[in-house]
Amino acid sequence: MNSPRSAWLFLAPALVVLGVFFLLPVLGALILSLTDYDLYALADIRNLRFIGLGNYWELLHRPLFWSALGHTAYFVAVGVPLSMGASLGAALLLNSPLARCKPLFRTALFAPVVTTVVAVAVIWRYLFNTKYGMANYLLGLLGIHPVDWLGDPHWAMPTIILFAVWKNFGYNMIIFLAGLQAIPPDLYEAARIDGASAWRQFRHITLPMLKPTMLMVGILTVSGYFQLFAEPYVMTEGGPLQSTVSVLYLMYDEGFKWWNLGSASAVAFLLFLLMFAVTVLMVKLSRRGEHPDGGPA
Amino acid sequence: MSPRLMKALINGLLIGGTVVALFPLLWMLSVSFMAPGEASALPPPLLPKHPGWANYRELFVRAGMGRYLLNSVLVAGAITALSLVLNLMAGYAFAKLRFAGRERLFQALLGALVIPAQVAMLPLFLLLKYVGLVNSYAGVVAPAMATVFGIFLVRQYARGIPDELLEAARIDGAGEWRIFVQIVLPLLKPIIVTLAIFSFLAAWNDFMWPLIVLTGQEHYTLPIGLASLAREHAQDSELMMAGSVVTVLPVLLLFLSLQRYYLQGLLLGSVKG
Repeated sequence: MNSPRSAWLFLAPALVVLGVFFLLPVLGALILSLTDYDLYALADIRNLRFIGLGNYWELLHRPLFWSALGHTAYFVAVGVPLSMGASLGAALLLNSPLARCKPLFRTALFAPVVTTVVAVAVIWRYLFNTKYGMANYLLGLLGIHPVDWLGDPHWAMPTIILFAVWKNFGYNMIIFLAGLQAIPPDLYEAARIDGASAWRQFRHITLPMLKPTMLMVGILTVSGYFQLFAEPYVMTEGGPLQSTVSVLYLMYDEGFKWWNLGSASAVAFLLFLLMFAVTVLMVKLSRRGEHPDGGPA
Repeated sequence: MSPRLMKALINGLLIGGTVVALFPLLWMLSVSFMAPGEASALPPPLLPKHPGWANYRELFVRAGMGRYLLNSVLVAGAITALSLVLNLMAGYAFAKLRFAGRERLFQALLGALVIPAQVAMLPLFLLLKYVGLVNSYAGVVAPAMATVFGIFLVRQYARGIPDELLEAARIDGAGEWRIFVQIVLPLLKPIIVTLAIFSFLAAWNDFMWPLIVLTGQEHYTLPIGLASLAREHAQDSELMMAGSVVTVLPVLLLFLSLQRYYLQGLLLGSVKG
């Protein structure tokens, strides 16, 4: 019999690290968000005042907070379906018995996932350069006028979304691929005998069987996309006209450029609450279409 | 649609997708060997006229990229080594050792996954400032020394170890530490490799936290160094592409050589249970 004491000795180092460097700071953030911690408090802690929900109240009256929220929501609302669609499409192609050289394609499609965001953002900034970029050159061949991709407030966010989809779709592709491979082949066999078309097989077998995978991938992707930061930091610096300032970008600026750590903590907490609410909503909605026995509707 | 046409369509789409996925990376490599200014031309040149190492020389001699590279290797190496030890110990304890409240504690840890890491960053910065660890390697390494994901991964895998094996060793009088090192670790080898790649890639690619905690250039990791270079040298496409190659190539090679383990871990980590 092993003793509980030795178990705790094995656990202690990891728990101490997680406690000191994660749980404690999260609690700290809650407290910090209720204070006016700023440059003066940083210099001398006696300047610190407790202001209750003041930071939250102020943020809700700041246009920049709402526009940062709007940009982030735009990124999530457009980016997540595109990203999941690309992942599922690629997984279906790779899963097809007709596909050749599967390991090769799989590796190539996954490669962008392991690259460093900053480095590939630098590449994309060059590809989408207004004057010498490959994107505008190719469009020019089709007779389309050059687009100021990262310099036009209307185009900056779509360009960042394209970049994010390119960078991330391979991750979910692998998970979808595993989900597809877990579907029993005799289901398709039976459907074929009944004369179901490829589309009907996809609609009535693949999609329902993939639903749990879909929900999990959806939750992971949504929470990942809510954390938009490095892309605008490198590609646009939040511009043009602050059109790519995301919530985390605002938190970073507020906290580490202007040293308003109290207000920045409030931004972080509002983002957390929003992400939590959206996740709960997704789980609820996915359950609604089900029969009580848990099967698909 | 005839099967032949279908086959051509599917493989055609896969080839198209592969071109889209790889083109930016291949072009980055090509442009990095061009002479200064060569890439700013129409039509955009696909291959360098006279390939040379000038951009890389410039990066390492003048822009301090060697230092950033060394910093990245040190930081990512330290995070990988330390987090392996801590996560393996904790994951094994959650899987195989008995203590009161084990399941509840584990559920609580999993629950903490819903909190985005950025919430902790502001107080963490203050904490490290008061203990004097801002702008140090330790400031980057310490918070990454244990991860819930890593503990989860090890626990999933370690549950497959038969209890009889551990009990037999205990009856033979082996201590818990000795059992862990001599029996458990060799059995966990595949997941150790997986976790090592995950930790190294995550540490190497991390951007926001090092950006916050590293204030002086001498401690910059590659992503931070590259981002600051990109702000100064926005127009030097060739130089920036070389910088991107230096940043991306190590992790791409690591992934290519060990992708079996990486993909396996991704699937193990994505299925909760």
